[in-house]
Amino acid sequence: MNSVANSAEARGSLSWWIGLKWLILRTAIVERFVYRGDFFFATVVRFLPIVTQIFLWGAIFAGDDARQLQNYGYADMVAYFLIVMLARAFSSMPGLATGIAESIRNGSVRKYLLQPVDMLDYLFWHRIAHKLVYYAIAAIPFAAVFWLCEDYLPGWPSATVMSAFVISLLFGFAIGFLIESLIGLIAFWFLEVSSLIFIYMMLNYFLSGHMIPLEWIDNWIPWVHYLPLKYLAYFPAAVLLGKIPEADLPTELATQAVWIVVLLIANRTTFYYGVRRYGAFGG
Amino acid sequence: MSRLTTIRLMPIINVQNLSRTYKVYRKNEGLLSSLRGLFHREYREVHAVRDVSFEIEEGEMLAFLGPNGAGKTTTLKLLSGLIEPTSGTATVMGYVPWKRENAYRRRFSLVTGQKEQLWWDLPAHESFRLHKEIYRIPEDDYDRRIDELTSLMDVKALIDQPVRELSLGERMRMELIAALLHRPDVLFLDEPTIGLDVISQRNVQQFLRSYQAEQKITVILTSHYMKDIEALCERAVVINRGSVIHDGPVSEIGDRFSQHKIIELTFANGSIPGDIHRFGDVLEDRTPMVRMQIPKEDVSNSLSRMLAQYNIDDVSVAERPLEDVIAELFSSESKADDVDE
Repeated sequence: MNSVANSAEARGSLSWWIGLKWLILRTAIVERFVYRGDFFFATVVRFLPIVTQIFLWGAIFAGDDARQLQNYGYADMVAYFLIVMLARAFSSMPGLATGIAESIRNGSVRKYLLQPVDMLDYLFWHRIAHKLVYYAIAAIPFAAVFWLCEDYLPGWPSATVMSAFVISLLFGFAIGFLIESLIGLIAFWFLEVSSLIFIYMMLNYFLSGHMIPLEWIDNWIPWVHYLPLKYLAYFPAAVLLGKIPEADLPTELATQAVWIVVLLIANRTTFYYGVRRYGAFGG
Repeated sequence: MSRLTTIRLMPIINVQNLSRTYKVYRKNEGLLSSLRGLFHREYREVHAVRDVSFEIEEGEMLAFLGPNGAGKTTTLKLLSGLIEPTSGTATVMGYVPWKRENAYRRRFSLVTGQKEQLWWDLPAHESFRLHKEIYRIPEDDYDRRIDELTSLMDVKALIDQPVRELSLGERMRMELIAALLHRPDVLFLDEPTIGLDVISQRNVQQFLRSYQAEQKITVILTSHYMKDIEALCERAVVINRGSVIHDGPVSEIGDRFSQHKIIELTFANGSIPGDIHRFGDVLEDRTPMVRMQIPKEDVSNSLSRMLAQYNIDDVSVAERPLEDVIAELFSSESKADDVDE
């Protein structure tokens, strides 16, 4: 084949690739809007925990603005939890692992095996669609909460920190997706993974910095900073609050990228062996 | 000197000694055995497909028959690459199915009674559009195909309706459209009419017959409805307990496996003789016509005796309906080794 034909095919493949991703996105968005009432309600209700967090830490600091707990004042805590909430809007993947496990159990996973699609790639774009709809609905409540808590937030960071923050959110999305999909794929062996998900959620809450900043526990668990979980909540917040020196940001982001590669390889390997083990029971 | 050469077509599907064994956890009843199972698990091997071989020529429509658990669905799962065999080989259009190459997956479809390809909450046209992209169907071809298939299946007015609101028959027709949109060369149909009413069954049958005749695609069809088989296929592979027990024309199944023939007699004097039962079982009494089932080996002898003893106006001998032959065949086989499909 000559080079002109090659480049025409490459262009064709690229436009097909874009067209397919767009259509997966579009279809998943349309599907999301089918149950828009329930989805809208669930999105709004998800803001309640942040309100309780603010009151809880308000009670702990007892109105003493000068008080510091391990380098975090009351304003820092509120800012930390607001940014953690934002980070988790990227990294949390409700229903992903259970959905994969369910599809393996009930046989609907066969759709991905029969059609010329890559299951993980398909689910990834499907999840992006979910997130986009979520952001569209949650944007106003998010803006309102940040506006109401404006006084607790630090000023605008430097362009470097802001860029690192945005990258950390996007990488956090990828890590969150890959961890949950990996747990879901374990269903090729165990079929039921709800206990595994429960354990993961519990560890995630504690070790990702969702409950408290990781500096508070790294004395007892020094290896907490070597886990990928910290990138799901703590790391973006720490970046934006200036807890990580700018000079360390490239190394941290590179480590985050390495985790993505490691988890991607783990997903691919698990899928490869899982499918070989798959019995396709159920019709 | 002229030289005669025999041209042998390459089969489009070639299955040789294909076997698939599952290891199944054996769980006894009761709490104690559940607790014991935590420490010591007992497994048994189930031979879902055992040493199955057959070939299919391009454009053939093959029936795959067998009782529940015979291995039909497992064979289709192997041929569509959903599972890997324990031993043996198979190629479909030159591809090894369980390698799941995209080039292969673009050229076949599997349709089962389950909801496979359609998005449950969305109208079927959303799923069709997604298929268009996944299978890289050109826009104008896609429009033509949708128009053609929805007309043939009589669901044109329904493609804007959410799939969950469709009846089972309508949904199955939509599944068939989704499976055929990309013009597959090979189609695996696993019980495509299961649960459908008689009219929907006939619609699907008619559609499949005309579509296959027109497109010359290769089809493997499993069905418990012998009417599907008789209407659509000339050749059948009968599989039981994982092994092939017949590979040949559908019309030969009765002759080969049935222990009985059906004889219809019309008596000239208007009544049925009282001792007719000694020749066989009376299936239907519509005086002066009687329909009887007679052991195959006794047919000629019984007929000559009846013709000599009674005044008979009309006589006909026929094979038993395929459905009865298959039911008799499978009910006589032990199902001890079956796997639940």
